[in-house]
Amino acid sequence: MVNYILRRLGYAVILTVLVSFVGFVIIKLPPGDFLTQKLEQLRARGDRSAEAQIEALRAKYGLDKPFMEQYTTWAVGFLKGDFGESFAYERPVRDLLGERLWLTVILSVATLIVVWALAIPLGVYSAVRQYSLGDQIITTISFIGLGMPGFLLALLILYFAIVVLNQDVLGLFSPQYQDAPWSIGKVLDLLQHLWVPAIISAVTGAGGLIRIMRGNLLDTLGQPFIEAARARGLKNRDVIWKHGVRMAINPLIVILGSEALPGIISGNALVSIVLNLPTIGPLFVQALRQLDMYLAGTCLVIFTILLMLGNLLSDLMLAWLDPRIRLE
Amino acid sequence: MTAATLPTKKSQARQVSQSYWSLVWWKFKKNRIAVIGGIILILMYFCMAVIPEFIAPYALERKSSFTEARPQTIRFIDAQGNFSLRPFVYGLERKIDEQLRRRTYVENPQVKYYIYFFVKGDPYKLLGFIPWDRHLFGVDPSIKDAHIYIMGTDSNGRDFFSRIIYGGRLSLLIGLIGQLLTIILGSILGAISGYYGGAIDMFVQRFTEFLNAFPDIPLFMALAAAIPKYWSPITVYFMLTLILAFVRWGGLARQVRGLILSLREREYVLAAKSAGASDSRIMFRHLLPGTMSHVIVIATLSIPGMILSETALSWLGLGLRPPLTSWGVLLQEAGTVYAIRFAAWQLWTIPFILATIMAYNMLGDGLRDAMDPYSAR
Repeated sequence: MVNYILRRLGYAVILTVLVSFVGFVIIKLPPGDFLTQKLEQLRARGDRSAEAQIEALRAKYGLDKPFMEQYTTWAVGFLKGDFGESFAYERPVRDLLGERLWLTVILSVATLIVVWALAIPLGVYSAVRQYSLGDQIITTISFIGLGMPGFLLALLILYFAIVVLNQDVLGLFSPQYQDAPWSIGKVLDLLQHLWVPAIISAVTGAGGLIRIMRGNLLDTLGQPFIEAARARGLKNRDVIWKHGVRMAINPLIVILGSEALPGIISGNALVSIVLNLPTIGPLFVQALRQLDMYLAGTCLVIFTILLMLGNLLSDLMLAWLDPRIRLE
Repeated sequence: MTAATLPTKKSQARQVSQSYWSLVWWKFKKNRIAVIGGIILILMYFCMAVIPEFIAPYALERKSSFTEARPQTIRFIDAQGNFSLRPFVYGLERKIDEQLRRRTYVENPQVKYYIYFFVKGDPYKLLGFIPWDRHLFGVDPSIKDAHIYIMGTDSNGRDFFSRIIYGGRLSLLIGLIGQLLTIILGSILGAISGYYGGAIDMFVQRFTEFLNAFPDIPLFMALAAAIPKYWSPITVYFMLTLILAFVRWGGLARQVRGLILSLREREYVLAAKSAGASDSRIMFRHLLPGTMSHVIVIATLSIPGMILSETALSWLGLGLRPPLTSWGVLLQEAGTVYAIRFAAWQLWTIPFILATIMAYNMLGDGLRDAMDPYSAR
């Protein structure tokens, strides 16, 4: 077990180095950089000292150095927790991400809880009462959710909220609470805005989970050990939850690790952009558009590392939950 | 009772002597939902990818003075209660909304424009080379200022319905072309990897793992952002297709590899080998056809993802850009709060996207069942 973890970690480290390098290359790919964009803007404004200003900035950010040197400086800084500086904001990337981190995590964890608290019971119900009216309704809704892309649903809900309800649901807070200290009013205001992303995640995220839960539980309930448990006279509830669900939930653990955990930081960037949520996803997209190299690169690498960690965690969790699985 | 069971027996007798693909077709035909999905897709591709110039009442860049005009309702009964079999729309009239201080349009019941089929309109070249000027429907062009905007207009006064039809061409084709590239890349590399094993297999496997290590959407975005802004729109379109295919082939390659691994131990492969068939012949004539049913199902089910990726990227401003028109580009204008409040008809793109996705899912589900015609289900 320890051996396995060590080997996986070693592999992850190698992959991280590769990923960070390739990520840096991709981010550097677009011709020109943030400063050339800025130079054009300054020139358009007729700024005489544009060239000199940009040269100074170029030297300050080390953009005049050769590529490998830029990469190693950034990578070494990355290990120390210094992710470089954002050109557009002219602030350290670390502070920018830190500001948005809390709201991102709160939002993701909240939606995660909603989605899972909905999906597992509904999936179980759907399997236990197969082909009942409830099952058919759940199945239909989950199929719609599976096919529905989150950002389109977000646009539709936005339309509904603006045109039909005439309510402002953008962002996480109303303007008067934006910079206010935390209070009961602010929490209530947050909850009032939170229902939109919560519904979107519930519809789009729970659909797939319900289907998997239902399918697995149906398979499990047909197996001999369930029959044996029933034959021993166990309560139906215990048979389903302690024997059936416990087995059938394994694939969901994999999803929890490989999709949900990395998603906590990256979130659903597209939905966040529609709803104007102050999370990390929109920051990343904006950085890409503005060629804000270090900000975009840091986000990409962090997302990737989290994905790898999530995969590792889900494998370990699986081994811990299901003693039949051996890690080699 | 006997009458009811007889046809089944007959069909069972038929079933035995049928080839695999005709069995698949036979089973597919019985699945009504899948057939509907297929018909919807054929219609959409025909109308939007092949003859959009004919279906759309206006040319793509035809501007008018009606900017952000609301959609006109198609009517059969006018304000006086007179019924007319020929549908018509009321003319739009400009008005200033005092409260919001912006220009709006209202329908004027005094002005009626009847809708005709096959009317003369903006000239175009059908299929790129047949010059024509007829459109599927429209209003009488001899009336001055006659107009029909069944889904409103955009901020430049262009007919939104026409733009959706034209936009469908790029959006629908990117899914098809991108998926085709994915299939080619994925099945060839998957087949080589599974058949030869060894170092090639190692390399392909590590490479797909490496691609998989990146989260999908952020990687798409980063790669799309790397396309130079000054490239011609067509090159950008082509690059975007390549990027979508490049990021996605790994999953398909893995599955093909798995199938090939199990197929290559079969007797018929051994027979081919002892008959002296070359490696490439065994791979492409004997092994790959065996994986095709699986590949087709996966491909059908993943085309919606491709179309959505294009839509999302263009909508974010990282993919296609005007003057190209795709569904994502259309959404870019429609997605702002201002547009939703005052020109909500621009969200008409969304039902078209959703219909495409649903149709592909319906078709793919049906194909998945049909590709396994020997099972009882």
